[in-house]
Amino acid sequence: MRTIDVIGTAIDNSFRSKLRTTLTVIAIFIGAFTLTITNGLGTGINNYINNTVAAIGAQDVLTVTKVATDATTTGPKKYNPDLVAASGGGRPGTTVQALTPSDITTITNLTGVKSVQPTLSISPGYIQNGSGTKYTVTAIGAVPGITLQLASGSQLSSTSSQSQVVLAKSYVRALGLSSNSAAIGATVKIGVTDAARNSSTIDATVVGISEASLGAIADAATTNSALTQKLFDAQTVGLTGAAKDRFSQASVRFAGSASEAEVTKLKERLTKAGYSGQTVADQIGTFKTVIDVIVLVLNAFAVIALLAASFGIVNTLLMSVQERTREIGLMKAMGMSGSKVFGLFSFEAVFIGFLGSAIGAAVAILVGSGVSAALSGSVFSDLPGLTLIAFSPASIALIIIIVMAIAFVAGTLPAAKAARQDPIESLRYE
Amino acid sequence: MPVPILAARDVTKFYGKGAGRFDALKGVSLEIFEGESVAIVGKSGSGKSTLMHLLALLDRPSGGSIELSGSDAVLLTGTTLNTTRNRTFGFVFQQFFLTGGASVLENVILPLKIAGIGSRERKRRGLEALAALELEDKASNRASNLSGGQKQRAVIARALVNNPRIIFADEPTGNLDTATGAVVEDILFALNRDKGITLIVVTHDEDLAARCDRRIYIRDGLVVSTGSAVAA
Ligand SMILES: Nc1ncnc2c1ncn2[C@@H]1O[C@H](COP(=O)(O)OP(=O)(O)OP(=O)(O)O)[C@@H](O)[C@H]1O
Ligand SMILES: [Mg+2]
Repeated sequence: MRTIDVIGTAIDNSFRSKLRTTLTVIAIFIGAFTLTITNGLGTGINNYINNTVAAIGAQDVLTVTKVATDATTTGPKKYNPDLVAASGGGRPGTTVQALTPSDITTITNLTGVKSVQPTLSISPGYIQNGSGTKYTVTAIGAVPGITLQLASGSQLSSTSSQSQVVLAKSYVRALGLSSNSAAIGATVKIGVTDAARNSSTIDATVVGISEASLGAIADAATTNSALTQKLFDAQTVGLTGAAKDRFSQASVRFAGSASEAEVTKLKERLTKAGYSGQTVADQIGTFKTVIDVIVLVLNAFAVIALLAASFGIVNTLLMSVQERTREIGLMKAMGMSGSKVFGLFSFEAVFIGFLGSAIGAAVAILVGSGVSAALSGSVFSDLPGLTLIAFSPASIALIIIIVMAIAFVAGTLPAAKAARQDPIESLRYE
Repeated sequence: MPVPILAARDVTKFYGKGAGRFDALKGVSLEIFEGESVAIVGKSGSGKSTLMHLLALLDRPSGGSIELSGSDAVLLTGTTLNTTRNRTFGFVFQQFFLTGGASVLENVILPLKIAGIGSRERKRRGLEALAALELEDKASNRASNLSGGQKQRAVIARALVNNPRIIFADEPTGNLDTATGAVVEDILFALNRDKGITLIVVTHDEDLAARCDRRIYIRDGLVVSTGSAVAA
């Protein structure tokens, strides 16, 4: 029998008992549907993280902190005047050892380091438009090279001497500005309190309005280098030397063309010198690992559903082998080889698997796209660009192939049973 | 002397073992020549079907040998055995073994499908075989919708579609009324006469046996006589 005839006959056979085939297909459908949705969830969230990487940091920058000397001991730690609160990233209350100007020099002298910029932690008191209401605000100094996700306006300039700020969307209305675009170019006042509790204000020009994203803390203002320095100077008035120049972290730039191995080497050099350096990819990596693990657990449930469905395949095919005992006997008597009989039944299993998984994946794509479109418009409207459930053709194809493979394995038992059948036994008259 | 197309040489066949062992054939020898029509006659349980299965290479004898055109059939294995079954033999069983849900044509061309013949050629030869049995107008009907006689004609069409050298017919008229049975018999003997196909008929019907060139009588697994018309 030609292969094409084996396939055609197998497909005809699977449609011969429609109800039984339909029920088995439904069982596989449920597993494939779940698998497609959970995978889509992983793809969607990871895509979003990748797309917003730029908002979290520049690609050629390492965030460097000093490793606390007693970081590993538990229980109360010895007082260390050089410990400062970690800025961003860490849990509240986490402290890191402060970087001092001599640390900055040490890091600057490491091979592979292009420049070092200490991160100035700024804590402005409020933001105000003209004589309007004062609002509290968290401000972050932009790392040079960062790309913010903007709703309107332009990126911050790290070289300009102008005091620039990018405001979160939610501030536009609050500050009495009519729209995102009308806010561009407006001058706002940022209030700062120094160590002696004296207030002062710094004027800043709004150059952009940012979208909320994973990287940007909600209710945040992002300041360019010039503004950051001014705010820092204003809040450290009265402090001198060692008291002023203490930084929780520093941004280390390396050559944009550096290979992964070179970056790893640079990190090793930093570690040897007593610092720890993380690229954006490292920070994102932690995020992604968590999401991958969640998706993996969800996938495991889907695979369990598929395993249950595969017993349905075994059952369906055993019944059809039983039903077609005589037909198999007749075909063997007419010279059909055992391997072709095996092919006939195992392809029927594969076909049932294909039907279930293709329909399951197609419905999952429809439902998933619908649900994620509905969610983007409502629950996730603050996270533009987030497609909660996204589908990649490669992973859909992979799911279908995996299900077909599971179906094939499930089909081998009944198919082998059919292939072994003795023509005489099958043809014995009742 | 010509070489017989099929020969059994002191063939024995037993089922089971130990105390439960049953000897279905106890040493059968016979020769069948190309173009002959031979009846294997005997009472129920005498071993007719067992012998036919051995001659058709569907089963292996416990002892002795089966020769196909003079060479020991034991040498035929795997693909060669399957090809031989497909090309050399056509079967008409006591029951029809038609796939009810499939069309008559689909049923008839099954041996051609197994032989790996292309779909257009299959259809042509299938319709030709159906035409020979005056069933061409039923080609696309479901096999389950045919009458008993039409089913048996479809089965004969299936047996001859691959131009076999030998047709085995096990109780070909057992399921049919006398008139329809006579029609089916006529068709089988016409094939034997016109196309030279060797016909081996298993039956306990004396009238059918009488129409054959030669009769082989079997009782309790032994050949009791050949040729003459002794009642079994
Ligand atoms: N697989 C088997 N296992 C055990 N005994 C068997 C088997 N096949 C056949 N027999 C026995 O062998 C004997 C011959 O059987 P066979 O089918 O050849 O009879 P038969 O002559 O064709 O009878 P009938 O005219 O009723 O079809 C019977 O007694 C039967 O019970
Ligand atoms: Mg019999």
